[in-house]
Amino acid sequence: MPSLIDIRRRIRSVKNTQQITKAMKMVSAAKLRRAQERVISARPYNAMMQRLLSNLAASVRGLDSVAGHPLLARREEKNVQLILVTSDRGLAGSFNSNLIKAAHRFIDERPGQKIQMETVGRKGRDYFRKRADVSGELTGLKTPQFADAKALAGKIIERYENGEIDSVYIICNEFKSVISQKLTVSQVLPVELPEGGSTPDYIFEEPPQVLLSMLLPQYIEGQMFRALLESTAAEHAARMTAMDAATSNASEVIDKLTLYMNRVRQASITKEIIEIVSGAAALE
Amino acid sequence: MTHTFTLEVATPEKLLLHEHVQEAQIPAAQGYIGVLPGHSPLLGELGIGRLTYKKADGQTHDLVVTGGYLEVGDGHVRVLASRAEAVNEIDLARAEAALRRASERLLHPDDALDVARALNAQKRAAARVEAAKRQSGS
Repeated sequence: MPSLIDIRRRIRSVKNTQQITKAMKMVSAAKLRRAQERVISARPYNAMMQRLLSNLAASVRGLDSVAGHPLLARREEKNVQLILVTSDRGLAGSFNSNLIKAAHRFIDERPGQKIQMETVGRKGRDYFRKRADVSGELTGLKTPQFADAKALAGKIIERYENGEIDSVYIICNEFKSVISQKLTVSQVLPVELPEGGSTPDYIFEEPPQVLLSMLLPQYIEGQMFRALLESTAAEHAARMTAMDAATSNASEVIDKLTLYMNRVRQASITKEIIEIVSGAAALE
Repeated sequence: MTHTFTLEVATPEKLLLHEHVQEAQIPAAQGYIGVLPGHSPLLGELGIGRLTYKKADGQTHDLVVTGGYLEVGDGHVRVLASRAEAVNEIDLARAEAALRRASERLLHPDDALDVARALNAQKRAAARVEAAKRQSGS
């Protein structure tokens, strides 16, 4: 049976851990709020971009020069680029492991295709560095800037236009709510033109084909930026929930240990009393 | 006939402006476009320069925008700029320094100079300086 002092020491150590998890939870909550604001404030741009692209797509549908646009052209998928957006830091529950699992599944589903990976975040890079063909990485994004997304998109577009890759997919966690993240796998290239745009009788300042070919790269940049922002918000949300669970687990452990400690103390008191009583009885 | 339309200016980071306005002057790639309520639908590339709009109460305001798209639709104008700044965010001294630097670079080009980029930088700086000066002058 452990001594009282041992149990007290354990309780103290669990309490220390609990303090840390509690602090991390608070920090994540604060960071989450900021990240969430950025996601929300970036939404109008993306929504407007989407609408503009669908309107433009509707006005140019059927033109030969559009179908042959390099960013729209469908090729047989031999070389596939996968962008995996993970976090730099762990302790976020299943945030990164789910991403890595999804990436594995993605690779397993495509035998015979050469898959190149572009990892964002240290966790994904560290895991896949030795297991897959990682063509590029991006780490140290605490608050993703648009320039980061632009650089990433530029790299991908260039490789796609050179024919080094035939399609591009992105796997990332999307922020749904504080308690849930949604893992999404979506196709970035070739661009799927959105359907259902309306076609007001536009005056075109530039020919629609020209506009479209300028808009497509920006559309992709916007998508990347959104993915980075969503992933950051989701990461903080995941860490917050994980740390909340850890804190309440620690409370539970402390309660159990305290109960045990009291029992041990009671036992030792009882033992002492018995000793005294029986000692006194022996004297009589 | 309505007398105002909605003007929305968004950058990748945020929605900068969502306002009912009487008129707007927007820097398109090929020159400024004036928009009044009831303008026909238009789609074009956004240039670099000063976007001026007149609010419903008659006050005019400026923004400096850089590159992107503009869409005029039924009762709304949407501007998607890759960058946009409100005039009060502009630091006049810095903008002037940037303008001098950019002009200097164009006057004495070396081999490594990306002319298109330098020209854009100059244009952007000039628009900033102009907007900031008008703000402080008025």
